[in-house]
Amino acid sequence: MKARLPLPTPMSTPKSHRFDTLSLHAGARPDPATGARATPIHQTASFVFPDCDHAAALFNMERAGHVYSRISNPTCAVLEERVAALEGGVGAIATASGQAALHLAICTLMGAGGHIVASRALYGGSHNLLDYTLPRFGIATTFVDPRDLDAWRAAIRPETRLLFGETLGNPGLDVLDVPRVAALAHDHGLPLLVDSTFTTPWLLRPFEHGADLVFHSATKFLSGHGVVIGGVLVDSGSFDWDGAKARGKFPTLTEPYHGFHDMVFAEESTTAAFLLRARREGIRDFGACMAPATAWQILQGIETLPVRMARHVENARKVVAFLAKHAMVAGVAYPELPSHRDHALAARLLPRGCGAVFSFDLRGTRAQGRRFIESLRLFSHLANVGDAKSLVIHPASTTHFRMSAEDLARAGITEGTIRLSIGLEDADDLIEDLSRGLHAAGKA
Amino acid sequence: MRVAVGGAETYAYTGARAFDAALPTLAFVHGAGNDHSVWALQSRYFAHHGRNVLAVDLPGHGRSAGRPLASVEALSDWVAAFLAAAGVREAALVGHSMGALAALECAARHPALVRRLALLGPAAPMPVSDALLDAARNDEPAAHAMIVGWQHAPGALLGGHPVPGLWMPGGATRLLERALPGVLAIDLAACNAYAGGLDAAASVACPALVVTGQRDLMAPPKSAQALIDALRDKRVVSLPNCGHAMTNEAPDRVLDALIGFL
Repeated sequence: MKARLPLPTPMSTPKSHRFDTLSLHAGARPDPATGARATPIHQTASFVFPDCDHAAALFNMERAGHVYSRISNPTCAVLEERVAALEGGVGAIATASGQAALHLAICTLMGAGGHIVASRALYGGSHNLLDYTLPRFGIATTFVDPRDLDAWRAAIRPETRLLFGETLGNPGLDVLDVPRVAALAHDHGLPLLVDSTFTTPWLLRPFEHGADLVFHSATKFLSGHGVVIGGVLVDSGSFDWDGAKARGKFPTLTEPYHGFHDMVFAEESTTAAFLLRARREGIRDFGACMAPATAWQILQGIETLPVRMARHVENARKVVAFLAKHAMVAGVAYPELPSHRDHALAARLLPRGCGAVFSFDLRGTRAQGRRFIESLRLFSHLANVGDAKSLVIHPASTTHFRMSAEDLARAGITEGTIRLSIGLEDADDLIEDLSRGLHAAGKA
Repeated sequence: MRVAVGGAETYAYTGARAFDAALPTLAFVHGAGNDHSVWALQSRYFAHHGRNVLAVDLPGHGRSAGRPLASVEALSDWVAAFLAAAGVREAALVGHSMGALAALECAARHPALVRRLALLGPAAPMPVSDALLDAARNDEPAAHAMIVGWQHAPGALLGGHPVPGLWMPGGATRLLERALPGVLAIDLAACNAYAGGLDAAASVACPALVVTGQRDLMAPPKSAQALIDALRDKRVVSLPNCGHAMTNEAPDRVLDALIGFL
């Protein structure tokens, strides 16, 4: 009788670890040298080579390991694995910021002459990069209404190399129809990149809906405490860069790269070609890497991501319910409200909730808006979101101030728009704080 | 490199090096549902250390055209035909899992062609559970989950990829997903049906290396023992805390074993 493999009874069928477990363990194990249970901060620029042959093999990607912390670092690698695990990707690269992750993604896929089709509902910094800065380097972007699939389709040109949107648009929480936009992208042999900062993988795993690349500003909910700046770029490993529809569009991945011994990245790695090029060129040459201490801080945040996100959403729902009924509030842009244009889509894509960053429109003048913000005591007036502490800002004069009035209107931002990031305080205290602010605004 | 084998275009990774007839050749043969990229680090090393490297995509796998072959015997003859088409008269064969069986059978059937033989994660026989065979035929995502769960040592399911930033279960899953529908089922059935491993091992004339993972659940070391016993000129390397996906889990230790042998 032949020996059998382990019997695949239900008890022995292998199970992948679940999200909450991966949040704590993915990519990390007790340090073999010291026994340290927490991930050590490998605060070093370089790593000693055992001998010259080993050094050469590391440089030439013949052996695995670290050379120089701009290119990789053990602490950063734990973070990269953890986020890749939570997203369901094949790997990730930690970057100096979310903006650096976006730039790395774009510059890995195209050079001068390339074209992007992007949602117009973007974080102001991303809009700035695409609309003002990248054209200086020959990369153009066409902005479209994220809800208008025909507009996405019409904007695609022969030189288009990427479709890009935010899972929840900033600040109106436009829900990106990831499955439909991804299908459109794939029909044209193009990848879809999404900024998943507002949702985190706890609320949405874009790869499961067809997205090909995801990036985060890890400064926000992933780290969760407003103490670091960082980004993470994740590759699903699904996009076939050399497939029939994509053929010829991505020479950075499918043709010999003279900057690395004529390596053809798509042949070198069937599933991680994008990450290879991004690390071996983009991180190496542009240098926007993450510091190991930053990676460690973000790892601490991710350990509690599931419990924090649940509380963020719970608090946000209470605050939304309060604001939606207040006389001083003209409208609240939160997709769980039936009044939001993406209510049905959100119910389908975001069953756990729509996050904790949203905006509302204050009735009244700009002066009343100012009075509201300055009357708050718990909400901090600053340019960030995704902190454990609640935050407030006036987008038209801060995060989106570079945008024209027309672009602001297209992005759903008015002079009275106030953006809130709901933290982990007691929701009743937050509601009391907002009530105070609204009362003061009403008297101004 | 692309060559025609039996009329079908066949791809082999060469480490971006041109074939040099003056150099010895190593041919790498991947396992079920995989492709040449499982050998990325090891093949690249040898391509830059005085060898021709041909890490093939088997028929119907990766970048190679053709239909997947239904038996280990057919795979072994195909490897010989591929080497002939590539202009190779003698090579060292390195195979993993199903590829190890194909390399073993090839060494037995074509002794003049095979100079050295390295078998990674072999077993003889290599039975595949009915549930996995059934899943590969009818529910490929379930089959992928079984394989990814079984082919890694338990700790590897929480990561720790030696290549910075890569998530091992994700990469393994995505590679299996890249295989065309039906390919995995044909491969697994070929492994399951192969009964000639011990006879082949007994007739291998060249030196052989067997690399086993001590935590390998897919091809446990004890399942390779009879094969090891049957080989005449052999060397065995046992990798502690390593599962079946050894080229990913322990790429440097696998490379060191190959360097020491080849």
